[in-house]
Amino acid sequence: MNYIPNTDEDRKIMLKELGLSSIDELFKIIPHSLRCKDLDIAQGKSEIELRKYFKNLTKKNSSELAYFMGGGFYDHFIPATLDEIVGRAEFYTPYTPYQPEISQGTLQAMFEFQTSICKLTGMEVANASLYDGGTALYEAMTMAIRITGRKKVIVCAGVNLIYKTMLKSYTKNLFLNMLEIPVSEEGITSRANLKKELNEEVACVILQNPNFFGCVDDFSDITELAHKYGIIVISSVYPISLGMLKTPAEMNIDIVTGEGQSLGIPLSFGGPYLGFMATIMKYVRKMPGRIVGETNDKNGKKGYVLTLQAREQHIRRENATSNICSNEAWCALRALVYMSLLGKEGIKEVANLCYQKANYLLDRLLQIPNVERKFSAPIFNEFVLKLPKKSSEVINDLIEKGFVCGFPLERYFKDMDHCILIAVTEKRTKEDIGMLAEALEAAL
Amino acid sequence: MKTIFEKSIKGRRAVRLPKSDVPLIREIHDKYKRKKELEMAEVAEIDLVRHYVQLSKKNFCVDANFYPLGSCTMKYNPKFAEEIAKYEGFTNLHPLLPQLRYGGMLTQGALEVMYNFEMLLTKITGMAEFSLQPMAGAHGELTGILVVAAYHREKGNKKTKILIPDSAHGTNPASASIAGYKVVSIPSDKNGIMDMEKFKAALDDEVAGCMLTSPNTLGIFNPHVKEISDLVHQVDGLMYYDGANFNALIGKCMPADLGFDIIHLNLHKTFATPHGGGGPGAGATGVCQKLRKFLPIPRVVERKDGTFALDYDHINSIGYIAPFYGNFLVVLRAYSYILTLGKEGLKAVAENAVLNANYVLNKLKKYYDIPHPVSCLHEFVISAKKQAQKGIHALDIAKRLMDFNFHPPTVYFPLIVEESIMIEPTETESKETLDEFAQAMITIAKEVDGNPSMIKEAPHGLEISRLDEVKAVKELKLRG
Repeated sequence: MNYIPNTDEDRKIMLKELGLSSIDELFKIIPHSLRCKDLDIAQGKSEIELRKYFKNLTKKNSSELAYFMGGGFYDHFIPATLDEIVGRAEFYTPYTPYQPEISQGTLQAMFEFQTSICKLTGMEVANASLYDGGTALYEAMTMAIRITGRKKVIVCAGVNLIYKTMLKSYTKNLFLNMLEIPVSEEGITSRANLKKELNEEVACVILQNPNFFGCVDDFSDITELAHKYGIIVISSVYPISLGMLKTPAEMNIDIVTGEGQSLGIPLSFGGPYLGFMATIMKYVRKMPGRIVGETNDKNGKKGYVLTLQAREQHIRRENATSNICSNEAWCALRALVYMSLLGKEGIKEVANLCYQKANYLLDRLLQIPNVERKFSAPIFNEFVLKLPKKSSEVINDLIEKGFVCGFPLERYFKDMDHCILIAVTEKRTKEDIGMLAEALEAAL
Repeated sequence: MKTIFEKSIKGRRAVRLPKSDVPLIREIHDKYKRKKELEMAEVAEIDLVRHYVQLSKKNFCVDANFYPLGSCTMKYNPKFAEEIAKYEGFTNLHPLLPQLRYGGMLTQGALEVMYNFEMLLTKITGMAEFSLQPMAGAHGELTGILVVAAYHREKGNKKTKILIPDSAHGTNPASASIAGYKVVSIPSDKNGIMDMEKFKAALDDEVAGCMLTSPNTLGIFNPHVKEISDLVHQVDGLMYYDGANFNALIGKCMPADLGFDIIHLNLHKTFATPHGGGGPGAGATGVCQKLRKFLPIPRVVERKDGTFALDYDHINSIGYIAPFYGNFLVVLRAYSYILTLGKEGLKAVAENAVLNANYVLNKLKKYYDIPHPVSCLHEFVISAKKQAQKGIHALDIAKRLMDFNFHPPTVYFPLIVEESIMIEPTETESKETLDEFAQAMITIAKEVDGNPSMIKEAPHGLEISRLDEVKAVKELKLRG
């Protein structure tokens, strides 16, 4: 099967019109010395055979485990209506809306997505999405460097472990001075350590709320101080938490980024996910990524276009704000439809359910002898416990019972022996929580 | 059409969630709570469904319209691959599972997909190893340039420049620049390929690498590519292959044989994964033997017992460029596509893509200026400069094509051709579709003399006419 409609007869007619006797003549510009032999791969297979093959592969994946593991990527409920809408070919088979007259569907959806992100974060302006939360954070950092012209970057240790690693990978060739600030005993950004480092050489401070350890913070004091030195404050956020928690805008954050996976995107073994970015109007021309704006046609009818394109690589080339060409439009559409389906009350309810269930589980687990909290800061839906034995062993024991009871931190942090990061979403029931607690108690 | 927010009515609900089955243990302190009320839409499910179904109808798309958008390879997206990408055995997998003890055993099926797909890509391109992490073509470019930088850093080379022909996609210079390199743009010659003399003049010890697209954005194959590679290698530079146009070469030649050290492939182009209205794509990045150690981590490896595992143990790696293993579900679709086509099917891709492009080019050459009168590969560029003298520009022609139910080609790119119109039919279009499209282009060319206002005022009959892009920038309205 190759999805090619033309027959040999069609090709014969076409070649005749070109005055050629074989398709090979069309490739004559490629010297024979550069041609390859037949590909060393199998013959094509039928759909019947391949369905069976892929079904068998899925059986080699343990995809029916109950997740109490997050780490920035959460097992949230996805309404059936969402897949029905985004599964329309009119949404998934076009490309970037370069021609607005025939792309109003995608363009209005991206405009609504930008609006939703603004409403959720409280920020003034958002772009039409980036690859994922990690690359969005990297783009925010380079944006801050461009705005300030400074080369020192401060990263809080509470930023997602993976994102910190990504920032390092991306900047190896840029000779930045990147400094990490530890978390305090409570589990939040250490104010004492941070204050010492703030001065007029710093481009940005990179924070996360709730942080990687699940601790909730209010960065208002940090932004107040940082702004005195002209420092840009960036915060990565968990969008679901904003159904309950203080918005980045209410903390005077300058650039907000985040991973939109929790907004209706399945875990999918790591992708595709959705990066989002929002900022204040003052910085809109420094923001990377596609942006959709409202305008009129010549008859005064409202419509949408890609705008501020003078920032972008296809016009500015090496002077562009970023090398980004595409966004994650289809994932952004998923997030938009999710937010619209849940609506104002639904998003608050999801946030409240996550919060209540996590706090219930936390208290339940703390009743187990020798299980302690690592940090004391308030939590949203994730927390760190210190167990009486290695968390990786405990996690392994519980997988046999159908639970992924958390993520082992001892492997990644020196001072976190026996520590486990546990997350709860609205999908976990009281019964799941009770069974997990019993199983965990038995395993310790 | 109103936005979803304008349709919001207080108290309306779509999805309902279960009531909490656990007691509220503690309230979070007020200082951590959101103060401003969340103002999301409040709509009933039927209103929401109609809103988005109606929006969807305002899009042209591959499933409804011929979409010859040059350099974007808008081929048909097989439905079978969509079905595979919905299997819960893939969609419900948490990406952190393999990082648990023995966790790799919980995701053997997914790791096998990645491993087998990488193997197929090495066989198709001749490269030694791939990383599936890059999430788009431009992301692959950036990954590749980070590999270039890591290579030179290890050797202690002081290199500052990347050479890029002026016909390249804008992402090439942007990627090189954000990775810390100075970009040197090399002009094209009259045949539409990189000017060899100017290239040689720019080549010195400061050159870290050269980025080429093959065939280039004019759809032209540079027959001197091997010589260019050899010259770049002589100054210890690396050759980067932008695989945006690999659809023209698949099964015909391998980037490794052309002398390329690093390549990216746009899975959403060559391997038929849907473009999604602008993403997600995937930009698998491959390297030659000597650069393997620099590829991102983790890598997927096959153990002696036939099981698969993730390998993080590469001290020279450029590190993580994606949070996990790339856009896995896009990779899964591309893998199903390759398995469906097999070796004969893949070879037919390039042959039919090239035949289709030449067939259309031949029909148009009497009516439009052909800036580089050579045979093209999978796409070609014509110029509307003859028409422009009469006041009809490439953009006008693009808009008029919409009246014929065709998505317009890429216009005003590549920048080196005045009034450029870049056409890429792809192999999945039939002769009849190509005939109809060529006929529409010819009709428009004739209208330039007979009925120019028909073109100037196009599109006709769509819900919306040409939009004021200047107003959009001047009076920024970026949210509802």
